[in-house]
Amino acid sequence: MKKYITLGTIALALGTLLCACGKGDNAQEDAPKGTVLLNVSYDPTREFYSEYNKWFIEKIEVEGTDKLDIKQSHGGSGKQARAVIDGLEADVVTLALSPDIDAIAQRSGKIPADWQKKLPNNSCPYTSTIVFLVRKGNPKGIQNWGDLARDGIEVITPNPKTSGGARWNYLAAWAWADEEYKGDEDKIHAFMSKMFHNVPVLDSGARGSTTTFVQRGIGDVLLAWENEAFLAMKEFGNDKFDIVVPPISIKAEPPVAIVEGVVSTNGHAALAQKYLENLYSPFAQALAARHFYRPCHPEMADAKDMARFPAVRMVTIDDKFGGWTKTQDLHFKDGGIFDQIFTAETK
Amino acid sequence: MAKTVHPRLLSPGFSRAMQDPKWARRLLCGTALLFLALLLLVPLAAVFTEALRKGWGAFFESFNNPDARYAIYLTLLVAGISVPLNLVFGLAASWAVTKHDFPGKSLLITLIDLPFSVSPVVSGLILVLVFGVHGWFGSFFNSIGLQVIFAVPGIVLATVFVTFPFVAREIIPAMEAAGRDEEQAAIMLGASWWQILHRITLPNVRWALLYGVLLCNARAMGEFGAVSVVSGHIRGETNTVPLHVEILYNEYNFVAAFAMASLLAVLALLTLVAKTALEWRIQHLEKEAVTERTRHRENEPAA
Repeated sequence: MKKYITLGTIALALGTLLCACGKGDNAQEDAPKGTVLLNVSYDPTREFYSEYNKWFIEKIEVEGTDKLDIKQSHGGSGKQARAVIDGLEADVVTLALSPDIDAIAQRSGKIPADWQKKLPNNSCPYTSTIVFLVRKGNPKGIQNWGDLARDGIEVITPNPKTSGGARWNYLAAWAWADEEYKGDEDKIHAFMSKMFHNVPVLDSGARGSTTTFVQRGIGDVLLAWENEAFLAMKEFGNDKFDIVVPPISIKAEPPVAIVEGVVSTNGHAALAQKYLENLYSPFAQALAARHFYRPCHPEMADAKDMARFPAVRMVTIDDKFGGWTKTQDLHFKDGGIFDQIFTAETK
Repeated sequence: MAKTVHPRLLSPGFSRAMQDPKWARRLLCGTALLFLALLLLVPLAAVFTEALRKGWGAFFESFNNPDARYAIYLTLLVAGISVPLNLVFGLAASWAVTKHDFPGKSLLITLIDLPFSVSPVVSGLILVLVFGVHGWFGSFFNSIGLQVIFAVPGIVLATVFVTFPFVAREIIPAMEAAGRDEEQAAIMLGASWWQILHRITLPNVRWALLYGVLLCNARAMGEFGAVSVVSGHIRGETNTVPLHVEILYNEYNFVAAFAMASLLAVLALLTLVAKTALEWRIQHLEKEAVTERTRHRENEPAA
């Protein structure tokens, strides 16, 4: 009896092992290894790319490619860039802001330094902006950036250190304060500091913040990508939230790039090129608008979709802040302005 | 080394004297039950309620998604590889530390426990540092064309690392309790190492072994932190069930997220049932062993 139990245990364990290995082989036989393209992206693009991929696989033929499959990976933009640097074999990256792609270019050399010039519109097939999502009826009367620094207002935004969306939030607030206080640095710092002291939870990514605000019911206002705010309205019903568009915001430009270092070895160069080029096609542009991104060719989108985007004055990172490299260095590096205002005592 | 209980300790009068007053017992039981209800039962009920919010149809529909099915397959595959590996490792390690004396033995015992004390996220990062493209062995694996981190081998490594104490931790006490006498006797009688292993060492610890395998398996299937760091989160390729739960939750797909979570919960419940059955069995065996030894002792003078 004893012997059988012992042998049984071992047999069971080995059985699982063999079974697992066996199944692995079968799984591979079932699906003959076609071409698999990997798109590493940031959080809010899931819905857009899952539809775009379906269309791309069905409609677009690339020579020398059979049985195409496109895999997706989503996460905070900075985290995803880190993963690509550490060896995640992405064929293309579609991230939230250019510094993340710059980081891949600098640290791994897998992307050429002039990547942003390779595709039209600074390699941004779609853009977005930052808006406020508030509770239905806007009980706290939040209309403009200045309201975010009022006493008793809880602001939800992710951490600018880890989230691309959060940096756009930060910069949009800064752009408003810069005009409001006519460039008076002290007043701008005081406003930013007050606003960040109104943040009860600093999530690491945009989707995490949305969940905090929408699901857990924390906070009075969520600073969000416009597309993310619309999506939350769509998922949870128009009767729970309102979108408030501030008079001034920032043009958020999420760029795309081919990871040359990867496609040069796996032979996906032509495919990856076509994948990104087709983001500028009429279908993809209309699809982007349907998913609440502002397409770079608005004329290709459905007028009904475009009508949902409210008019807003948008500053750009290049005009207002002198480009990402400078901004990154000044605001977001360790000990930069964000760290200073975040640790500063409110007056 | 056998645990013998003095008969007087078992007498009813003695055990009553050893007990706390009634109110203290009730208070302690009450607190424990309240905690159990709040921290375990309510969340567990919530998982199933959320999963079935839109009915059984939607519940089963969640498993129809190819990415979900792949996540289940990958979880089974990873557990299927890591558990046997840890079974072999656990046996070897506990055999080494209980049946032999060598310098550095206590260091080895401490090292076995290391994964318990290291945060899983750190374990994951360690693997990235060692096996990632810029890691120590990164260029080697790159040259032979094997992707370790952000692929299935990395997930297996992370799981093996996190779960390796489970088997060893369960067998070591059992082997210590069994002592070395029987093995030494077997050697003197000319048994081969294989005979000793499968006739003496293994049978003596078989229940503890099964118990360890069970715990190890439960953890292997449920591991999140370390796997999350090395996975790369590619849908249908490197997403295990716990990672898939997070993704579904983030996509506002709550029914599917909780349906997958309920799968893990069911696994946990099954593990508990099996564990309780095993514990009962072990106690039963120990009692048998005690009575047998007592009988032997009583017979000894006559023999």
